[in-house]
Parts: sequence; structure tokens; C-alpha cells
Amino acid sequence: MRMRKSSEQAAETTAREPLLARVRAQLKQVPALGWLLGALAATIIEQAVGYPLARGLGLSGIPGLFGLRIIFTKPLLIPSALTYILVVYLLPALVIARLSSPLTNRLAGLLLDRLPVWISTVVHLGILYAALHLWGRVNDYRVLVLSFIFIAVMLTLSLNLVNGYMGEFSCSHPGFMALGAYASSILTILFFVNDDVFGAPLLPPFLGPFMFPIALILGGFVSSLGALVVAIPSFRTRGDYLAIISLAFTFIVKSLIENLEIIGGPRGLMNQPKWAVLPVVFTWMVICIWIIYNFTRSTLGKASCAVRDNETAADAMTINTKRTKMVTFLFAAFWAGVAGGLFAHVIGYINPSTFGVLKLSEVLAMVYLGGLNSIVGSIAGAVGLQFLMETLRPLALLKWIVIPVLLIIVMIRRPAGLISFTEVKIENLLKPRQAPKEDR
Amino acid sequence: MALLQVKNLTQYFGGLRAVHNYNLDFEPGKIRGLIGPNGAGKTTIFNLITGIYTPTSGEIIFEGKDLVGLPPHEIAAGGIARTFQNLRLWRHVTVLDHVKLACYSRIGYGLIGAFFGTARRHRQEEEFKEKALSLLEMFGISRYAGQVVSGLPYGVQRRVEMARALAIEPKLLFLDEPTAGMNPEELVTMIDVIRRIREELGLTIFLIEHRMKVVMELCQTIQTLEFGEIIAEGTPDEIQNNPRVIEAYLGKEVEV
Repeated sequence: MRMRKSSEQAAETTAREPLLARVRAQLKQVPALGWLLGALAATIIEQAVGYPLARGLGLSGIPGLFGLRIIFTKPLLIPSALTYILVVYLLPALVIARLSSPLTNRLAGLLLDRLPVWISTVVHLGILYAALHLWGRVNDYRVLVLSFIFIAVMLTLSLNLVNGYMGEFSCSHPGFMALGAYASSILTILFFVNDDVFGAPLLPPFLGPFMFPIALILGGFVSSLGALVVAIPSFRTRGDYLAIISLAFTFIVKSLIENLEIIGGPRGLMNQPKWAVLPVVFTWMVICIWIIYNFTRSTLGKASCAVRDNETAADAMTINTKRTKMVTFLFAAFWAGVAGGLFAHVIGYINPSTFGVLKLSEVLAMVYLGGLNSIVGSIAGAVGLQFLMETLRPLALLKWIVIPVLLIIVMIRRPAGLISFTEVKIENLLKPRQAPKEDR
Repeated sequence: MALLQVKNLTQYFGGLRAVHNYNLDFEPGKIRGLIGPNGAGKTTIFNLITGIYTPTSGEIIFEGKDLVGLPPHEIAAGGIARTFQNLRLWRHVTVLDHVKLACYSRIGYGLIGAFFGTARRHRQEEEFKEKALSLLEMFGISRYAGQVVSGLPYGVQRRVEMARALAIEPKLLFLDEPTAGMNPEELVTMIDVIRRIREELGLTIFLIEHRMKVVMELCQTIQTLEFGEIIAEGTPDEIQNNPRVIEAYLGKEVEV
């Protein structure tokens, strides 16, 4: 009797609530695993019926980036694109995520309770990658966009280490990226490619993909070496010095490469083997996030936050501030170098003008949009802005009006970025949303 | 043997003589006070001994080792912890992490541990955490452990700073005006806390203080500083009745 009454009451209250709130309440029960399954299902549906559906709606093919570019190129097709998104992505993803939630909740709970966290993480990442891979299979453009997004995540995260966690202002990331890109390119071309300048490969090319990680890591080390050059003069004091020296560094690296004829000078360096395929870039991104996450959660890594907030106090509390600053800066440069190396091997061509002030403003925007001192923030900032830049591509130069305006708005509303100074524990992200046993 | 010995410490800031011929002979296990009017050079002496400034001349010997020229973090790791007059907390860092960060010098896992999360690191982080929690417990602030310091009440922030200093496991603790800005009630608790940490941890404490009540109650020996020079040294009673100290604090009587 009492039960029915309460359920009636519940029904009454839900009926009074607006539709949106009810939907939201329903969707709150879905764990991360459920959303990933939903996304996977949507991409499978796209594989199956995407093309005929798009043609039927009058689109020229499957919309590349959720039909967002259509807004600027063919506005008349907006309703068709919206229908496509609704039918292929939104509805299936929501419905499957919600319907599978009892199962996924239990599964997520089991994974977290019975097994170490990393297994659960790997399972989630596996499903995420499967969804992304299927989504990317539709056309090569999507693969390129995804690769750029992954690289942007690495860059943003590593710059956040310096600008967010350490509270310095570094402008040298394009320089580090260039160093990494050129170093690893030279290595792979020299050893595994028959090139006009570098000659016949020194090692059998089939070994290449296996040695590729080593080339990337070496590229990262070259960047770290460059970081050392910046760090030694600028870390003697705090303040604006690093910003100025690091900006100079970016320009120096750029003009150095432009004047080195052996690596192509201003024409750029090409012939890189395209080994940085989607799974490779994704794996590197995951490794990068994992290591940076580990670092920022250790006391050794948190020392950089202490240096940022009060260096004198950090010193008085036994923290070796000089070493902390060096380590964080070199570490960040390493990942920028690896990201640069991946970038070079995604498109198979680099030129020095890529690594200029424009790149710098992009990465800085991603860091400050996403949020200082936050890994999730950096990921959100990088994914969001990189995606936005792709969708705004039809606007050409106007893009550089829209994005800064957006940034200004964000800076006014949230000065430290969208998601700043927040740490998300992986366990909380992956945990079931609805405890399987509520009756205790 | 003296725990800390300072001989003829002198410090100039440009043409300004901040500290002149300062001497100190510190026996272990005692609480010493350093008083003096504003600008007398008290905090400068702390900064000199803890390595924030390098003295113009003079010797600082701690446990038989010369400290002059060593970087502050090494001096701190050697066993001299301090608090600051105007709190110097890390505003985006949680209370627990404040105390854990002060264990920095004992980190043994290195960069590999920090990057890859080795078993050794987890063990050690757990150790630090336990240690930090017990310190927070001792100061009665363990319920704030997960919070960021910037929003906490002033009294709590003071205690965080002290807990942080104690996490270094110091032999000698410098307290720079630990009761600044406190109301009488908080003052009494703070005196109690200082006394307790000295007894429980067997610490030697060097105290800068403005409030006579605190110094008189806690210290066995007091030095009085004026214009960078010691004008009096002795027990609380001696200091209280020393005409030069009274003069420095209250001014000279003007003969009419």
C-alpha cells in the first residue's frame, strides 16, 4: 500500500517536471561504460545504414564532422544534417546507453571491484577506440581530424604542466614540437627510407614500424635538450623572463630550420613514412595522459604546484625548487617533441612555418580554454578547440575572429578556464552510476 | 654541545644594516624567544639562518655543520623547519598535500616512480599520507584534509602551516609570530599547541613574538633586538625589568 503511494507520488512529480529534466534524470543512471557502448552502437549503425540514409536525405555523402561544416557551406541542407545526426548518432546512442545501463552498471561495478583499476581503464579505452576507429573508417578526413585531436591533447597537456601546474608562462611549445618533429623525421628517413638527400636506408625498412617509438622518444629527448637551453637562463628568477626567452626560442628554432638546407630549409622536409596511423597516435596519447596523470598525482610532481603558489615556502619545506622546475619543464618539452614527431608521421610532410606563432596561439588557447592545472580540462580544451577549428575551416580567415571571441568570453566568465584546478580520479569516472544493491 | 651556534652574523641590504653582530648559542630542548620592535630585524635573522638570505658576514653552525651558502631546501632537510609571519601556504593545494609535500626530502622513488607509479612509490606515498594524517590529527584539523587551503579559517591555516613544518621532522623549529592576528581564545590554544609539540616531539623551538604574554609563558630565554643588535638577553623576568627593553618598546622618558 505504502509502496504504491510512494510510486504514485513519484510518477506525479516526474509528470510535472519538464521533459528535459526527466530525460536527464534517466541518463544520469548511465555509467561511462554505457555511453561508450552507445557511441559504439551509433558508429556501427552509421557503418550499416549511414550512406544510403545520407543520400536519401539529399546529402552528398556521410557528413564528415557531424554535419557541422554544412552550416557554412550549404545552409539549405541543415535540416537533413540534423535529421542524420538525430537518427544515426543521438537516438541510438541515448537509447542503447539507457537500455544497457542495468547491465553496464553491473559490469562497471564488477570490473572495478574484482580487478585492478587499470584493467577497467583498458577495457573502457578499448571500447572508446573501437568506436573512434569505426567512426574514422568512413573517410580519411575523419582519421586526420582524430589524429590531430590526439596530438593536440598531448600538446595541451604538456603545456599545461608548465603554464598550469608550474605557473610559468612558456611560449616555446611550437619550438619543442618542431625539434621533435624534425629529429624523429630525420631518424626515420635516414634509417628506413630511400631519400634523395639522405640516401639509401641504413636498416631494412620492415624494421621501421618497430623502431618508430624509439625515433619518437629520441625526438622527445632532443626537445628536452632544447628545453634545457631555455631553462638554464630563465629559471634563475621567476616572472616574465621565461615567456620572453621561450618566445625567442620558438623563433630561433624556426629560422634555424629555415636556414638548414640539408633538411629542406623553408620548403620543408618530406618523405616521412606514415607510420603514425590512428591506433598508434591513440596509444601514444593514452601513454602520455597516463604518465602525466601519474606525475601530477605524485608528491614529486605536486611540488611544482607548491613552487607555483609560493616558491619561498616550497624552498623552506625541503622542496628542491630548481630541480622541480627543470624536471617539469623538460618533461613537458619531451611530450611536445613526441607530439611533433607523431604530427610529422601523420601527414608525412613538415615545414618550419607550421611551428610558428599561430601554432603557439592554438596551443595556448587550448590550455587556457580547457583550464589550468587540470588534466580533464586540457583534454576538453584540446578536443573542443581542435574540433571547432576543423568545423570552422570553411570560414577561412574568419575562423581567427570567431575563436578569439570565444576565448574572450570564456576568460570573462571563467578566468582560469572551463575545468580548472580539478582532478578527476579515474575510479570516479568509471564507477557505476547506480549502485546495483540499493536495499542495504 | 650547542645545537645551533650563530657567530657575529651581519647583514646589509645595500647601505642598510639590518642585522649587526648577532650571536646565538642554542641548547637543544629549549624554547627561546626573539622579541623587538617592528623592523628590528627579527625576521631577517630567521631568513638568514634558514638560507633565504646569504649573510654579509658571520657563521651559522648547526650540529657542527656550516650552513652559510647552502640552499634553503638543504638547510630545511637538515632539520630546521619554519613557519612564516604572513602565512605562506600554497593556495591551490589541499591541506593533506601541504603536509605530504613537506616530506619531499624523504622521497625515495625518483622520477621513474613519479612517471610510472611503481609499487615503491605507492608504498611511500601511503607512508607520507599516514604521517600527514597523524600530524593533522595532532593539530585537530584532520577533517579539513581534503580541502584546498584558500577558503579555510585563519586559525586553521596557521595550524596547517605548523603541521607542514613538523612534517619535515625537524630538530629545530622556527616560529615567526605564530599568534599574529589571533583572538585571545585562539591565542591560549596556540600556546598550548606549542607547548605540546615541544613535549611530544622533543623539539627545540625558536620563537619570534610580539605579544609579551606568549613569550613570557613559553620561553626560557629571551633575546631582545633593536636596530639589528641584541640589547638584552636573559630570562623572561630579567627581560621584563630591563630598562633598555622598556625603553625600546615604550620610548624614553623626556626630561622637561
